Amino acid sequence: MSGHPSTYEPKYAATKWLDHRLPIIRMGADFMTFPSPRNLNYWYTFGGILTLCLVSQIITGIILAMHYVPHTELAFESVQRIRRDVPFGWLLQPMHAVGASMFFFAVYVHMFRGLYYGSYKAPREVLWIIGCLIYLVMMATGFLGYTLPWGQMSFWGATVITGFFGAVPVVGESLQQWLLGGYAVDNATLNRFFALHYLLPFVIAALVGVHVWALHHVGQNNPIGITPKTKKDTLSFHPYYTVKDAFAVVVFLLIFAFFLFYQPDALGHADNYIEADALKTPPHIVPEWYFLPFYAILRAVPDKLAGILLMLGAIAVLFVLPWLDTSKVRSMRFRPVARGFFWIFLFFCFILGWCGAETPDNMVPFLSVGDKGLNFTWLSRIATFYYFAYFVIILPILGLVEKPKDRPESITKAILGDSSHGAAVPAE
Amino acid sequence: MSDTQVTDAHGEAIDDDKRDFIFIATGAAAAAGAVSLGWPLVAQMGKAADTLAAGSIEINLANVAEGQQLKMLWRGVPVFVRHRTPAEIAEAENTDISKCPDPQTDNERLVAKPDGTIDPRFLVMVGVCTHFGCIPVGEAGDYDGWYCPCHGSHYDTSGRIRKGPAPKNMTIPDYEYISDTVIKVG
Ligand code: HEM
Ligand code: FES
Repeated sequence: MSGHPSTYEPKYAATKWLDHRLPIIRMGADFMTFPSPRNLNYWYTFGGILTLCLVSQIITGIILAMHYVPHTELAFESVQRIRRDVPFGWLLQPMHAVGASMFFFAVYVHMFRGLYYGSYKAPREVLWIIGCLIYLVMMATGFLGYTLPWGQMSFWGATVITGFFGAVPVVGESLQQWLLGGYAVDNATLNRFFALHYLLPFVIAALVGVHVWALHHVGQNNPIGITPKTKKDTLSFHPYYTVKDAFAVVVFLLIFAFFLFYQPDALGHADNYIEADALKTPPHIVPEWYFLPFYAILRAVPDKLAGILLMLGAIAVLFVLPWLDTSKVRSMRFRPVARGFFWIFLFFCFILGWCGAETPDNMVPFLSVGDKGLNFTWLSRIATFYYFAYFVIILPILGLVEKPKDRPESITKAILGDSSHGAAVPAE
Repeated sequence: MSDTQVTDAHGEAIDDDKRDFIFIATGAAAAAGAVSLGWPLVAQMGKAADTLAAGSIEINLANVAEGQQLKMLWRGVPVFVRHRTPAEIAEAENTDISKCPDPQTDNERLVAKPDGTIDPRFLVMVGVCTHFGCIPVGEAGDYDGWYCPCHGSHYDTSGRIRKGPAPKNMTIPDYEYISDTVIKVG
């Protein structure tokens, strides 16, 4: 992990010996002293929080796997057994289930942070793309994991999602049955989903390594988006940001603990306490909350294939964002117009989430009277339109026409402001 | 051109053509090996022999009363056997199919008995929505047939898609009459 000259000096014969052969202590030391912009705010603590989430999911997951049975006839019961009979299972199973939600909450904050401060712009395109890849694998992991408890939502969610592959022209049905290992979601499906759910978090861990490597190569962005110019613009990662991250982690864990101990089921769906039944579809299938916006996009169009393409497009567009946004100014702080559009974008993401949770034909409260007015299908169409317009129309055009505000020369100037124009500074 | 030859460390002449050939042949053999090993890795995920052999079920139609629907699991998917009322049959037959997204007459969706006659009372189909695979609810929807609660697809009394996101009619499985009242699915 390069980026700044190493200041590590091995002190003992043993560490000198090791440093010559495998400079692993040096790597850790350089990591801890990595110069970070001095103006990072709390939105920048979510990377650390995410790392914690991943570690927590892996530890609790491996523990669950010691008690879980991936068989259609035993899976549901084995998860209930974990919760009731396994020592501390009541704690560890919800830690994993609630943990998945907290993980997604953190990743969304982390991503919107990147959108706001322009962290995807040069030279951080690759860093951003690796982040998008991590998000993609996380979604796969979350989906596969949700299948494992083998409740009604597990089963029917898996049926609907694997149904996407059936929409591929010509080979769709064979592809779908290949994925399922049968004609429908069944034992073969559950087994392979378990195997893959076990595997993917380690793929994420590897991607996180590459993500941090890229981060340390190009350096961190910061709330004003101005590249640090002198040593004065930066602080050592430790102790400044280790402490800041630790404080954020504590606050995050408080929220986590609230759900874990008081509302362990609030983020899930009651139907998943009914064992999977291949003969009965629940009246209202919804995915986990963190997939709702994409589900709304999927249902916004009446055509099966078009719906899937649009949904995939909603994720794909993130990958090419660095080349869609034509503005050279990173932070939205200096882009008064773009900032307004950003907040509208965030608003519509929430609207999409709401639409995903509702029945499409239902009327939207406040925006309809009786059966006149807006229904959720139309609301999701409007929101979907804005979602794409933000990336492919607004950001490309704004970069060319918007007049950004004046930017400070350096991070230090931005923080110290006039005081840096003290007596010692010659008048300009 | 000079006639000095390129030689290797042992002073032997280097034959570039021969080296290229060996290089390409080695590469080709490795590629063939990789593909033939890769295929089993991919193909193992397909349907296993016992899944394929899950075979057929027999259903006695005499047990299904008029207006009743039987739901049976066949190869992990539900099969609907509906004993339709005369009104439902009339509705299925008198539909202008040119307006259907997936035009099929009612008779095309039924299987003839060995003697060539068709019994329009019994509709046998795979009870899986052609959108994303939910199980539609019977005697529901705008066309008195089936309604899929997942994303709102409406099927008529012949199981044809009429409205909503599903692209196709519900599938008719392979089945045959093995007697006047017993069918064999699969
Ligand atoms: C990226 C990290 C991970 C995410 C986002 C994730 C997500 C999930 C989710 C959403 C569930 C369903 C929980 C429920 O609704 O009850 C689940 C279940 C499960 N996961 Fe994970 N998981 C992750 C890592 C792991 C790891 C590393 C393992 C190790 C083998 C694991 C093993 C399991 C097992 C055995 C279950 C079934 C038991 C249960 O439902 O509680 N997970 N996972
Ligand atoms: S699965 Fe039936 S409408 Fe989508």
